[in-house]
Amino acid sequence: MNEFADAAVLASKLVLHADATLLEIVRRSLEVSLAAVGCASVLGLSAGALLAVTRFPGRKLCIILTNALMGLPPVVVGLLVYLSLSRTGPFGGWGLLFTPTAMVIAQIVLITPIICALSRQTLEDLWLEYAEQLRSLRVTAFGSLRTLLWEARYSLLTAILAGFGRAIAEVGAVLIVGGNIAHVTRVMTTTIALETSRGDLALALALGFILITIAMLVNGTTFVLRELADCDAR
Amino acid sequence: MLVSALPIPFRNSCPILPLTCVEVDYQIGTTVLLEALSFTLSAGGPTVILGPNGAGKTLALKLCHGLINPTRGTLRWSDAAHDMPGRQAMVFQRPVMLRRSVAANIEYGLAVHKVPAPQRAERVKTMLELTGLVALAGRSARVLSSGEQQRLALARAWAMQPEVLFLDEPTANLDPAATSAVEELIIAIAATGTKVVLSTHDLQQARRFAAQILFLHRGRLLESSAADDFFKQPRSAAATAFLRGELWW
Amino acid sequence: MRRSPLVWTFGVSVFFFSFASAGNSFITLSSTTSTQASGFFDYILPLFKQKTGIDVHVIAAGTGQALRLAEKGDADALLVHDKAGEMKFVNAGFGVDRREMMYNDFVFVGPRADPAGIRGTTDAVAVLKAIGAQRATFVSRADDSGTHRAELRLWEEAGVDARAASGTWYKELGAGMGATLNTAAALDSYTLSDRATWLTFRNRGDLELLAEGDPRLFNQYSLILVNPRRHPHVKFNAASKFVEFLTSTEGQNAIGEYVVEGTVLFRPNYQKAE
Repeated sequence: MNEFADAAVLASKLVLHADATLLEIVRRSLEVSLAAVGCASVLGLSAGALLAVTRFPGRKLCIILTNALMGLPPVVVGLLVYLSLSRTGPFGGWGLLFTPTAMVIAQIVLITPIICALSRQTLEDLWLEYAEQLRSLRVTAFGSLRTLLWEARYSLLTAILAGFGRAIAEVGAVLIVGGNIAHVTRVMTTTIALETSRGDLALALALGFILITIAMLVNGTTFVLRELADCDAR
Repeated sequence: MLVSALPIPFRNSCPILPLTCVEVDYQIGTTVLLEALSFTLSAGGPTVILGPNGAGKTLALKLCHGLINPTRGTLRWSDAAHDMPGRQAMVFQRPVMLRRSVAANIEYGLAVHKVPAPQRAERVKTMLELTGLVALAGRSARVLSSGEQQRLALARAWAMQPEVLFLDEPTANLDPAATSAVEELIIAIAATGTKVVLSTHDLQQARRFAAQILFLHRGRLLESSAADDFFKQPRSAAATAFLRGELWW
Repeated sequence: MRRSPLVWTFGVSVFFFSFASAGNSFITLSSTTSTQASGFFDYILPLFKQKTGIDVHVIAAGTGQALRLAEKGDADALLVHDKAGEMKFVNAGFGVDRREMMYNDFVFVGPRADPAGIRGTTDAVAVLKAIGAQRATFVSRADDSGTHRAELRLWEEAGVDARAASGTWYKELGAGMGATLNTAAALDSYTLSDRATWLTFRNRGDLELLAEGDPRLFNQYSLILVNPRRHPHVKFNAASKFVEFLTSTEGQNAIGEYVVEGTVLFRPNYQKAE
């Protein structure tokens, strides 16, 4: 237990003194996950909106599939992206393996279904309520979509935050496709794994604190957004 | 009164009315919900679509408004450009409130119809005053009472200065005070020259508004006549029973 | 507010471009967890970078995985420690210019109480025989790394079928060296570690270095370049510079000067071929 206390003291020092290594890793984590969330939001929201408002054969299957993909195991995603980006894989020519971009791609694959499925549910409920009114106002298809997205903004942000939370806390996929290269693809979670294996717990714990803080911030924001959405929907 | 400030804007195309319906059917699967509807909606005083619950009043309004397509028969507006935004509007029985402020709800319709921003603000202000919602302008639309929501829905539709306004049982869920506020508004709207087409099962309301009555029963149009004639001398047995308060379905 | 999605998309593309342009001059080195966990790269790579301006991206995996990674062309050079595997790799045409460049040795670590009584033994085979006879807990890397391969060879020499006891006293982890030492500390068990990782390992708990010194515990590290004929995209020139640096007098001296807790972790031993 003493070890834990020592590590905790060291960890707090690292955080309080804004240790350069620590900051670099936190920054990279945020960059990678924010980029992934940005792309996944564009993809997931478009797909979610499409599934919500259109009717086509196979739509039900798509919905079931996205819902199932929400629970994709990160290591499997990591493996698939790894195989695709490997030099002998189909996209090997891009030379993206072991780069931050590869990590972004893995996280996009991981969280797009989450954002898609959650936003689809929200938008479908809303569309049921609004469709007739919007048609009555002779709003164009594009305009209707814009209105839907805006009206559902709090719920959609919640969906995006859910994706972000999963992306930033995930270790399996980024470890495989990023390679945990120091100063290049080393992020919070992979550093925690590495430092723990080195038996050097202070940096690992400091990063753990930061991850927990981020998780709490995300959850807090989600909570506030829910309240706002409820307020609006009443 | 401010109402005079809101005449129907001059449009250089020809007027949208009359609307002529010829032998219109509407069915879902094999169930025929409306059968052989033929009538004409002309400019002038309000038309009331009267009938008991389940007669098909809402469907008839939606058909006219173009929200659903007839299975058979034709609907012909006088002007081919009848579907241009803002020429006709509809207020639903349960008003659909966007998740924004009262003022923003009114402004939304105007923005859809590409009213320039400065004019928009002015028009929103006028509408808020006309519908007595000024004090609620900044409030979230979805926390309003049903009466206030219905007034807001009317304001949103009215702001676009439509030539025809369809109202589906606008007071069905309201208490007497809210009902009379909404009815006053409808009268004001009709006074600006907008053709009001209103559905109701409430005889008294029909008497208060109607210039023309379309009496629907079980998906069929039994009567289409001037209001005075209808109330004095209904031609069908169903309408006679309905007027006596004996027809419930 | 309404424009925020556009801002988002823009930001995202900026991110992507910044990532894309970040990799101007670097090579990818497929290496082992022992060299990484010992902090060796943190020491040597800045020296190389200073001299040549080339970044080295290290992927640390077990030697077996490191070799497979290079086979697929996902690395430009290798730094590994399993001669048999290395020769196979080179003979199959995946690698060229194999150079033995430094060594250290493996050591047996275990709980202070030493239930198998191996303390001070200098015969590696005797150590394993004792552990096997006592059925004392032993954790194995079991990740097809150089250390793991060395361990398996020693069991075979000792005539103990440890893998048959997998799950009882013999525990196969499938983990890196550091993680394995963590587990050994937690389970009070014996394990085989490379000296460098052991010396830099902080979370020792009750573990101690118990046996060392057998010539069979010699641990040779080699550099191999990935064959550009096999994988034309590899950065052969830059990777060659790295190999040249580590095998130059300057690089060899630098390796010998890396000291942790008063001990030299890797001893340079490159010999120019005649």
